Amino acid sequence: MPTPLLQFTGKSIYCAQADVHIDPWIPVERAIITHAHSDHARWGSSHYLSHKHSEAILRLRLGQDISLQTVEYGDKTVINGVTFSLHPAGHIIGSAQVRVEYKGEVWVASGDYKLEDDGFSAPYEPVKCNVFITESTFGLPIYKWQPQQEIFSEIDNWFAQNRSDDKASILMGYSLGKMQRILKGIQLPDGPIYAHGAIYILNEKLREVGHDLPELKLVTKETDKKLFRGSLVLAPPSVDSSTWIRKFNPYSLGYCSGWMALRGAKNRRAVDQGFVLSDHVDWPDLNTAVVESGAEKVYVTHGYTSIFSRWLNENGIEAGEVHTMYGNEDDEQKEEGQGESPV
Amino acid sequence: MKQFAELFMNLDRTNKTNAKVELMKDYFLSAPDDDKLWALTLFTGRRPSFKVNRTMVKEWAAAEANIPMWLFQESYHSVGDLGETISLILPRTQTSSSEKSLTEWFHYLSLLPGMTDEEKHDHILGAWTQLSQHETFVFNKLLMGSFRIGVSQTLVVRALAEATATDSSVIAHRVMGQWEPSTTTFEKLILDEGENDNASRPYPFFLAYPIEGDVSSLGNPDDWMVEWKWDGIRSQIIYRNGELFIWTRGEELSTEKFPELHFLASVLPEGTVLDGEIVSYHDGRPMPFNVLQTRIGRKNLSKKVLEEAPVAFLAYDILEVNGADARSMTQFQRRTELEKLYKNIPKQSVFNLSPLVKFTSWDDLHTLHPTSRENIAEGFMIKRKSGTYQVGRKKGDWWKWKIDPLSVDAVLIYAQKGSGRRAELFTDYTFAVWGDDGKLIPFAKAYSGLTDVEIGQVDYFIKRNVIEKFGPVRTVKPELVFEIGFEGINESSRHKSGIAVRFPRILRWRKDKKAAEADTLESLKGILDVYK
Repeated sequence: MPTPLLQFTGKSIYCAQADVHIDPWIPVERAIITHAHSDHARWGSSHYLSHKHSEAILRLRLGQDISLQTVEYGDKTVINGVTFSLHPAGHIIGSAQVRVEYKGEVWVASGDYKLEDDGFSAPYEPVKCNVFITESTFGLPIYKWQPQQEIFSEIDNWFAQNRSDDKASILMGYSLGKMQRILKGIQLPDGPIYAHGAIYILNEKLREVGHDLPELKLVTKETDKKLFRGSLVLAPPSVDSSTWIRKFNPYSLGYCSGWMALRGAKNRRAVDQGFVLSDHVDWPDLNTAVVESGAEKVYVTHGYTSIFSRWLNENGIEAGEVHTMYGNEDDEQKEEGQGESPV
Repeated sequence: MKQFAELFMNLDRTNKTNAKVELMKDYFLSAPDDDKLWALTLFTGRRPSFKVNRTMVKEWAAAEANIPMWLFQESYHSVGDLGETISLILPRTQTSSSEKSLTEWFHYLSLLPGMTDEEKHDHILGAWTQLSQHETFVFNKLLMGSFRIGVSQTLVVRALAEATATDSSVIAHRVMGQWEPSTTTFEKLILDEGENDNASRPYPFFLAYPIEGDVSSLGNPDDWMVEWKWDGIRSQIIYRNGELFIWTRGEELSTEKFPELHFLASVLPEGTVLDGEIVSYHDGRPMPFNVLQTRIGRKNLSKKVLEEAPVAFLAYDILEVNGADARSMTQFQRRTELEKLYKNIPKQSVFNLSPLVKFTSWDDLHTLHPTSRENIAEGFMIKRKSGTYQVGRKKGDWWKWKIDPLSVDAVLIYAQKGSGRRAELFTDYTFAVWGDDGKLIPFAKAYSGLTDVEIGQVDYFIKRNVIEKFGPVRTVKPELVFEIGFEGINESSRHKSGIAVRFPRILRWRKDKKAAEADTLESLKGILDVYK
């Protein structure tokens, strides 16, 4: 049996023909990074390749001096006869599906993705392929997202209510991706928007390289607590168990996440309001993406791998589950939790 | 329905008791009377049964969602709640929005028992298409029950008391006992003064707090009386209007379950209410709880069961004397009344007083406390002689001083996702100890005892160390060690380990121990030999 074009080593998705790793968890010679979330972009590799919009964050997180080549969507890079190109994944800014072609065979490693256009990341584009590698974070039929506009209205109403109650509105969500989407989607208040350090730094970085995002105000020890009354405060998901949050009293705590679709998850987080807003595909879109890829073989990575691959097999699409290190959102949270205001 | 569904979702979202009371109070002040009565029916665990087959409902929902049953089951495992799972997988094709009230929905549901399966199918699907996702969820809860809403009866009572400006102990008394919406109205049940008092109605139990600090902090020992804390079923025995009623905690009318005690109907004076403990009892002494457990939950109490698991009632309080509420008497006065009553009725081995523990100083109690297990007791109950009988768990007059649980260090070997608040997290664990052959032998399942942070850490470990999958159960790399506490231990042929432990729970995570350092089955059997 010939070596498959891409292999699952447990530490990366590896192309032996080109000696290139996609989203490796170990230091390698050449790494292609689908997007800058910490469970996909790891430190220590000699050379990185990513979309140009991932550059600022990658350098911030992996080091200013990493060897990084950036490309536009659709640019082709050929290594030892293998053609690599990146295509929009719609997950977060700069996120990409990696298209790999060798002797007419096409594989696509889609990283994390969503089909709905969030107004900030380049919208997802289906890429025809023979083999499609997909996430399955929300790969169960219980996950069906409402159109984001409905969720943004919920957030707007929640904020308006809190403002009239003279409470702070603390809105939690991942600092990379979710927060930019929120800032693009909700009605921005007239006054300042406050932010936790983790979110502030990313926002500044993205503004610095030219992205159209509003200015945020960093919450520091010196910030007058009275100013928080009736204001909007953006924070990473880790703050709900920290002492940082106390200074905002009285406040209402909101959390934007796909997991908020379940009562159990919502109650466990003990948030006042859960907003079902995810940067991953829901069940219907996951199925759409697989069909649109036209793939005859699907590999299912992080999430409900065994369930989704069984579903595909029963529906006439050959599928297998693979174990990867991706989908570890806890790591993301832990890192962000250390982002206590640096000033 | 919209109003009730909103109440339900809001109650579900907050874990602050004051906010919950406020939400219910608002509901009781604004909802129509018949809806209030139905809401109360649900809050007090009286949901009527509509005789629907859950398996069929699952199949109908899966068919509507166009998914196979196995995928439905997997979804259910992740959500942890059947009604919620169905509400989530159904296609969002709601065309109209129903204005039916809660009461009207109950009437809609009450048509189900007379229907054929096909009619039931159409009836239920007809409801689903009219309701939003949240409303469908609440409707499913009405349909199939396990209506756990995260509010205790005490909170419901508080909300009702505030909404009606009535004393909470009066309300607590009125909502207890046997009633259902078809036989009463909100006004009759809650607002009418005692007119419709039901002879079966128990008093709300007074519950003790665990003692804080050393027992000597309670002050002068002469102010207190002490009893053994029995390991049985807290019960209230009522004799009124010539009829006997036995209530167990959890407010279940269990008269039929204890035929041995029915003779009390012929010996107790009219208008008597006793508080005490039903315990396993043999040859004049209490037995461990697990003997009693063999007959709880049985529908048919055969002669054999009654012989093998005999019970007795140990009385320790009297709440009604000659038809008069005695709860405002002092503990000492009530004890005197109880002893007087006991002296005047013929002796029967199944009805006894819970004896007072003799002591003159706190030191005496310290000496006696370690002998609790030998006396088949869980420790002491310490009651203030001058205290009245209060409602619910109140600090100050009743204290429980429990013995430390038995414990072993065991290895986590299987895990399953939790439900409700803990859906999506691995929170149900099975623990094992080492057998003679060097293999791990499962002996207990335990859920509680870890903090949310620890649960997160254990969940993180499990998700990365799964060895095998059996349906929802994961075999986990045997690495994490926990100290498992339990209240009792018994031989069991049903378990691989040959033993069964009672109330197992996680005492702490032994991060300092490796799996190889966990306890052995032999050490568990050693505990069994001492305490059985």
